[in-house]
Amino acid sequence: MYDAPSLGAQVEQQDIKISAKKVQVYYGDTHAIKDVDIEIESKTVTAFIGPSGCGKSTFLRCLNRMNDTIDICRVEGDIILDGEDIYDKKVDPVQLRAKVGMVFQKPNPFPKSIYDNIAYGPRIHGLAKSKADLDEIVEKSLRRGAIWNEVKDRLHAPGTGLSGGQQQRLCIARAIATEPEVLLMDEPCSALDPIATAQVEELIDELRNQYSVVIVTHSMQQAARVSQKTAFFHLGHLVEYGATGNIFTTPQDERTESYITGRIG
Amino acid sequence: MNDNHIVSSFDRELEQIQAHIMKMGGLVEEAILDASKSLKNRDEELAEQVRNADKAIDALEELINDECIKLIALRSPAAVDLRVALSVMKISGNLERIGDYAKNMAKRTSVLVHMTPVEGARGALRRMAREVQLMLKDALDAYIQRDVELAHDILARDHDIDQMYNALFREFLTFMMEDPRYITPCMHLHFIAKNTERMGDHVTSIAEQVIYLVTGSMPDDIRPKDDHYKPELHIAD
Amino acid sequence: MTDTSHSSAVPTSSLYAHDARTKKRNAAEARFKAYGMVAIAIGLIMLVTLMVTIFGKGLGAFQQTFITMNVELLESKLDKSGTRDLEKIKKVSTFGYAPIIKGAFQTTVDAEGIETALKTKDMAKLLSKSAASQLRDFVIENPDKIGTTVEFRFLANSRVDGYLKGRVTRDSIANDKNITSAQLDFVDQLRAAGVLFKTFNIDFIIGADASDQRPEAAGIGVAMMGSLFMMLVVLALALPIGVAASMYLEEFAPQNIWTDIIEVNISNLAAVPSIVFGILGLAVFINYMHLPQSAPLVGGLVLTLMTLPTIIISTRASLKSVPPSIRDAALGVGASKMQSVFHHVLPLAAPGILTGTIIGLAQALGETAPLLLIGMIGFIASNAPTSIGEGLLSPNSAMPAQIYEWAKRADPAFYERAWGGIIILLLFLVTMNTIAVILRRRFERRW
Repeated sequence: MYDAPSLGAQVEQQDIKISAKKVQVYYGDTHAIKDVDIEIESKTVTAFIGPSGCGKSTFLRCLNRMNDTIDICRVEGDIILDGEDIYDKKVDPVQLRAKVGMVFQKPNPFPKSIYDNIAYGPRIHGLAKSKADLDEIVEKSLRRGAIWNEVKDRLHAPGTGLSGGQQQRLCIARAIATEPEVLLMDEPCSALDPIATAQVEELIDELRNQYSVVIVTHSMQQAARVSQKTAFFHLGHLVEYGATGNIFTTPQDERTESYITGRIG
Repeated sequence: MNDNHIVSSFDRELEQIQAHIMKMGGLVEEAILDASKSLKNRDEELAEQVRNADKAIDALEELINDECIKLIALRSPAAVDLRVALSVMKISGNLERIGDYAKNMAKRTSVLVHMTPVEGARGALRRMAREVQLMLKDALDAYIQRDVELAHDILARDHDIDQMYNALFREFLTFMMEDPRYITPCMHLHFIAKNTERMGDHVTSIAEQVIYLVTGSMPDDIRPKDDHYKPELHIAD
Repeated sequence: MTDTSHSSAVPTSSLYAHDARTKKRNAAEARFKAYGMVAIAIGLIMLVTLMVTIFGKGLGAFQQTFITMNVELLESKLDKSGTRDLEKIKKVSTFGYAPIIKGAFQTTVDAEGIETALKTKDMAKLLSKSAASQLRDFVIENPDKIGTTVEFRFLANSRVDGYLKGRVTRDSIANDKNITSAQLDFVDQLRAAGVLFKTFNIDFIIGADASDQRPEAAGIGVAMMGSLFMMLVVLALALPIGVAASMYLEEFAPQNIWTDIIEVNISNLAAVPSIVFGILGLAVFINYMHLPQSAPLVGGLVLTLMTLPTIIISTRASLKSVPPSIRDAALGVGASKMQSVFHHVLPLAAPGILTGTIIGLAQALGETAPLLLIGMIGFIASNAPTSIGEGLLSPNSAMPAQIYEWAKRADPAFYERAWGGIIILLLFLVTMNTIAVILRRRFERRW
């Protein structure tokens, strides 16, 4: 017999991008996230899976402080991005969000032209010095969003006129136009058909070369297809976190196993 | 862990496949017993029966394979379910091979019936076949009960089979050196012994599948090797 | 393994035959539809009745009876010095013009060959009491015409006007000292000769109100200007204040007991009777702040207070209707809260905000009660304001108040003008609502 590499071994060890320690999230009196410790690696796709209401989206939204917009939401514990606590008083959430981009469940392009959708982020962050600069950023982002070829002839058509899958890729392109370091995706394919889903998944796989991608998904197959690391959340706890290959073949925790084999909702 | 899937038809399909494996296992056990019995009793009719029964085993293997493919395609099983599907496919393959060896034993029996009996060897072969059949039964029990300990026990017992084979090998060698007329029957008997030993290997493989199924990983040291095996006596598979 | 039989099974119940339950449900549904149609029919009948009444009674106000005469503007009477000095011409009062008009009337009657027993004095009574001032105004504007003969159109008396419109009949004048049957005969003769006729009257739309004695000269134009200036004040104050307030409440304010209280109070304010705002305006703006009485500025301030809750409520509703995904998207690319609101939410809410504002303005336009309290009512005979400052600060009336005022007066000729005013007011409201619809259509975008 030869020594076969274990399923988890194909993941190269990467630097830690985000490290969360003892994170607690409360919605009013509800304790939504309990004691979550996780280390998210750079240049890796990390998938959060778990049943509805398990807190995976909530935790994702903690990573770029989108939860700040909800008055009753309270976050405790440390979330360290590149050695800096993002919940520190000195951190401006707006600056953070430029660094940690987000793509949402429903494609939500602005009701503006495709060009303006992409250009918006760079404009408000002053990334472009001239119109030519901006044109370049737009083209580069659309190319990286794998949608350039489909829209290059109609950059000034409304972004809302695209198909669902194109809209979502437009949103991804918009998110990467501000040169983020981490890309958070909250069920990015739940509103898409299988072909569009495949295109987005292909895109996610390419994005892995430059970004740290965190994706929340309800589709375990999707998590299995796109991610290198998988975290399973259940009732606000991070139950299991490990290489995707291991999670999907030999999960260590019974709850994980029950969930991925379809024994609990 | 909750034993039942939310989709109950998934459970039914898994049970169906495993029922087929058990049925197949039963047929194979019977084939081993019958083949060794026909050898011992020089019962050509029984041997013929064993040869015919193999068709049913082959058909079951095909059925199980089809069911597994369908299960994987339609249900996208993960974790333990995936391991069930994979182990079932492998086990059915192993069982089919064991069935083939039993059939081969019966075929050789039909030839041996018309030759001078080799004293002593048939009893030892029967014991060996009996031992393999018991191991198979235990392996199937271990599978049904997801019993890792029993499976490890089977791995250990395969060593005994190897020993029995080595003993028989030396015995046949002696016979053949004593009297060249024994060469043909002894060659047949040797092949039977070798095949029985191979059956043991397949049973071991089944036991390994049980361990994989339960723990998610193959046993670390695959089968204890027989260090006393003399290199010159090692006959290639 | 699957044994699906394709033999068509005998249905347990036929789909062709309706069971009792289905019949009952269908009947209930049909009944409900019938109720709805009856309700709409009643509404339509009411509307048609209203429209027929308003237009039937009010359209007459847009027509007026005139008498055309050739008037010789005698230099000897109007400009004795012959210098055409405006100051001197102005010194000639309307009494000075009366003989000229009388003479002109007699000349015209003679020229047309009308035979009548009426004296010139009685003939002149057919003219409006403002006839002399009409002519005087003309002369002061055109002093060079003195000494020539001009064709001039005089307003006829409201009785004559009523006679032509059917309001005044020979029966109804039995006890009327202002007109006699003989005069009506003369009117018929004049009419036959083409000297007296009924035609479109622009002065009703652009003119000022007139005294009790001269309903034929009354117009709604100045009150319209008053309304317009009030609307300007309301728009300039209520829109920015309302939008700012609702944006803060909707997007920035924390959800706590204070914002809840404010919210409830805004909703309550929307339901406060307008007269209460009038009293408030009287107490605060006039008695305390000493702003001029009857001024459109004060009226506008009062109406602003009244319109604000409407604008705030509709603005908040349209801000709420902007999908949160747009806000998320903006925040997700690193926009600040304010950027997300101003760059994305506000443009999307704009059609709703504009619609709400216009509806609020329309409401304010039709409001009468608070204006009564701050004195924007009564006889305002001044001419149209010439500057914005004057428009805001000089006493004026407003369209609904003017209509109320006319409806109050004794002469039935004013009653007709009240209906006419209502038509104009309605046209204004319809125009504003049309603008609201067009704006909504125009700015509406899909997201």
